Amino acid sequence: MERSEQDITRRKFLNRGFFGILGAGLAAIAVFFGKKKHNPKMVWQLDPQKCIACGNCATFCVLEESAVKCVHAYAMCGYCDLCTGFFEPKPRELDTGAENQLCPAGAIKRTFVEDPYYEYTIDEKLCIGCGKCVKGCNAFGNGSLFLQVRHNRCLNCNACSIAAACPSGAYKRVPADEPYIIKRVQHA
Amino acid sequence: MISSRYITIPIIFLLLCTQTLWAVERFPPPDFVETDHKLPSTDYITDVTPRLVLYEYIDVAVLAGTLSLASYLVLKNRSRRAIFALMIFSLLYFGFWRKGCICSIGSIQNLVLSVFSNSYVIPLTVLAFFILPLAFTLFFGRTFCAAVCPLGAIQDVVLLRQLVLPKWLESGLRLCAYLYLGAAVLFASTDSAFIICRYDPFVAFFRLTGRLNMMILGACLLVIGVFIGRPYCRFLCPYGVILRQFSRLSRWHATITPDECIKCRLCEDACPFNAINTPTAPWPASNYRKSKIAITSILIISPVIIFLAVLLGASISDSWSKMNPTVRLAERIYLENNGMVEGTINESVAFRSAGTPVSELYQQASIIKNQFKFGGRLLGGFIGFVISLMLINNSIQRRREDYQTDRAGCVSCGRCFQFCPKEQERLKKLKEQSA
Repeated sequence: MERSEQDITRRKFLNRGFFGILGAGLAAIAVFFGKKKHNPKMVWQLDPQKCIACGNCATFCVLEESAVKCVHAYAMCGYCDLCTGFFEPKPRELDTGAENQLCPAGAIKRTFVEDPYYEYTIDEKLCIGCGKCVKGCNAFGNGSLFLQVRHNRCLNCNACSIAAACPSGAYKRVPADEPYIIKRVQHA
Repeated sequence: MISSRYITIPIIFLLLCTQTLWAVERFPPPDFVETDHKLPSTDYITDVTPRLVLYEYIDVAVLAGTLSLASYLVLKNRSRRAIFALMIFSLLYFGFWRKGCICSIGSIQNLVLSVFSNSYVIPLTVLAFFILPLAFTLFFGRTFCAAVCPLGAIQDVVLLRQLVLPKWLESGLRLCAYLYLGAAVLFASTDSAFIICRYDPFVAFFRLTGRLNMMILGACLLVIGVFIGRPYCRFLCPYGVILRQFSRLSRWHATITPDECIKCRLCEDACPFNAINTPTAPWPASNYRKSKIAITSILIISPVIIFLAVLLGASISDSWSKMNPTVRLAERIYLENNGMVEGTINESVAFRSAGTPVSELYQQASIIKNQFKFGGRLLGGFIGFVISLMLINNSIQRRREDYQTDRAGCVSCGRCFQFCPKEQERLKKLKEQSA
């Protein structure tokens, strides 16, 4: 039996049927998920309230120099002379000797403001995001130093390697128009 | 000095006891009386903003553009050189410029997580990255693989010498891709990990930095890729598995010859991806009987295959559930609380300082473990089903009169075009016309 091109064979019929099913499936996915209320973009950020400053941020980022840096909420800072974020947090032996400085990268600048207050600023170019100062500040100070993913550096990987290594589950996706979780003064 | 130390030490000790309340102000913020020093603002933190959303939309536009252009080049223009050039552009743009994220392969997981998670909703741009290549494949074949996917591109440029694998080995190895897809869906649906991204072998090259083991794996794949065309695409890519099925049904598809096959056999060895089907020799009627028996017996044993695969899936689900951080934490806490291990790890310290009750953690972990039990069986069943289908597909004898592209396996790279004498004729005609 001769078959012309226009004839619909069983194979062609099945093919077209499945074509239609797949096409409709794609359209359904697009409509279903497209209609959901969502943010056009999500970025990674760490919740400083959950962060335990374990040091993984410095080592697990896919970037050689981590995208996580220490930032300072000045309004929370006590401007202490003996800052435990700046010096080794061993209160008994604490003195301002240079050998007691905590930051391995020398990224914290200590400036005299007025007796007895000192201001601490982070040089982000030097900061490696190890969180040593954060740990010290949280342990004995006001906790004004904290880590944040800096979005000029973050590649926004689909699966953040630091998030996978974070022991306290502090990492989450946040809307790109509110990309930071800033620590604020809390009154107990 | 001494007196102040006597006061501060007990205070610090007291403070240590209330570790969980560390956000409390221990030292009141200063009142600057001598100088009028102003507190620096925290705006410097928020002033550093992420990449504009607009650029994400530009990425989607570039994806749509490259897909359209690739489809045109494969189906109309039929120029391997142009396809190659577009492929290099995609490698540079999606690979080295955009650093490999977001990609369509990884977007499977975002979609799955979006289905199963209450908190995560897939961003529109990521959704577009998932849907656009599939839609194009449904109409034009795997043009996405040909010239848009950066992972395909990086392997395609290193391919020098082709080593043809036997068909049975090819389908056997392809099973890895189905398993990879199933595992990726399982891990994404339980919010455990995005394994496609974590074990992406080439993204480290795009970023020019990454974990050493993934760099080594990527380098190995590229070395293999010199001899065996696109090993990741053919044997591992989970998105490729989906694209294959769409490509089977595509409305239009790349063809070796621009008009009619003259069975000259010149294209026979042209495909490095084993995706050219040769014409079949006429077979005796007894073959039909043999084939029928083979298919019937596969149909009969396929429930057994699926059942065994389900059992296997159930048996691995427990160890796979350890990919989930909550399950891992619960097991660690259990060991620590029962004195079966000494010391603590960061995870358990963080958990205890957060003050969540242990029972809640155990409950969450057991829910996730149950999900894995169910998901593992489903994954096993899926793999068993795929094996059965592969067996059936391989034992069906199809009559083919001419050389055709294998629609599922063909990545539309266009290597075979130039081998066809009909194509040469067409090019000659075009030249004459333009002259």
